[in-house]
Amino acid sequence: MRPFEQIVTEHGATVLRVCRAVVGPVDADDAWSETFLAALRAYPSLGAGANIQAWLVTIAHRKAIDIIRARARGAVTVAELPDRASPTGNPGAWNAELWEALARLPDRQRQSLAYHFVVGLPYAQVAEVLGGTTDAARRAAADGIASLRRTYAGALESNGAQP
Amino acid sequence: MMNPIATDAAVDAAVPPGVLTRLTAADPADDETLEHLHSALARAAQAEGVLDVAYRILDTPVGPLLLAATERGLVRVAYASQNHDLVLQQLAEQLSPRILNAPQRLDAAAREIDEYFAGIRTSFGLALDFRLATGFRREVLARLTEIGYGHTESYAGVAIAAGHPRAFRAVGSACATNPLPLVVPCHRVVRSDGSLGEYAGGTAAKRALLCLEAAA
Repeated sequence: MRPFEQIVTEHGATVLRVCRAVVGPVDADDAWSETFLAALRAYPSLGAGANIQAWLVTIAHRKAIDIIRARARGAVTVAELPDRASPTGNPGAWNAELWEALARLPDRQRQSLAYHFVVGLPYAQVAEVLGGTTDAARRAAADGIASLRRTYAGALESNGAQP
Repeated sequence: MMNPIATDAAVDAAVPPGVLTRLTAADPADDETLEHLHSALARAAQAEGVLDVAYRILDTPVGPLLLAATERGLVRVAYASQNHDLVLQQLAEQLSPRILNAPQRLDAAAREIDEYFAGIRTSFGLALDFRLATGFRREVLARLTEIGYGHTESYAGVAIAAGHPRAFRAVGSACATNPLPLVVPCHRVVRSDGSLGEYAGGTAAKRALLCLEAAA
């Protein structure tokens, strides 16, 4: 079994991007920390042939659900997303419009998008993380994409972003 | 309601331009953020008691040294020539894979080793975890700690001190596999003819340490 340090080095950046996509830039750091602490705790009992990336995404998924539920329960309905904002300062501010567009998607769609497009998990594995069928995961991603086309693509064009 | 989407390719093709690159691109501040998150993780792991092995790399006059500690104390010191990645892999297998680069736990060790190389420290007061050495080898390491700064002893002499006068070869192999070189001073064990003998960190490092101690 490899030293956990290597797992953090290899997957830390990807997990951070997934957390940003799923819970937004404000709560992403907390989601990341919760994910890796839980992963470290469980690491020695992980099976030898396990797919580390999928395992981390599964943990991150549960932590994100906790955060989303806590928000729903709590006084804060939705954590404030940073405004268009300065290039420095708020984490993820440079992508504020994308985070905003993602935040408006239903949870499943946002999660499917994140796990498939940010991590690169095939839909079969996305389905394992989410529960449900591969088709349902693919459909959720497709619906999310369709939504983004309506809400976010316009913002991109006005930004003059490169494809 | 949309038409059913049949293939991954169809979904991928529908992704608005720029979304993919933005989702997967690194945030300019990511490196700094990750560094900060890593430190916080190490602190949280330590507080929760799940940081089984903490390590750091310390720059010294004999090259970068890997220092690793369990909650009991310093458990491993390794020279660059011993391959730090390999040593960390061995620690993962022999002790626990719950290993993080967490310099804090090694603060005292780093300070004392710095002082040693500055010539202002002649003995170490660190808590040591000898669990990587067993049986006779452990016995030998205990004898090594009795060889004072600036002194040397022969392999045969250590064998006698350990109560096994004929086991000088075993003393040699205990020195070669010393998990705590420098701190447990196997560099002070030399051949009976006065030549240096081998060293985990290479003979150049051994010579450097003995010169340092002779000069002080």
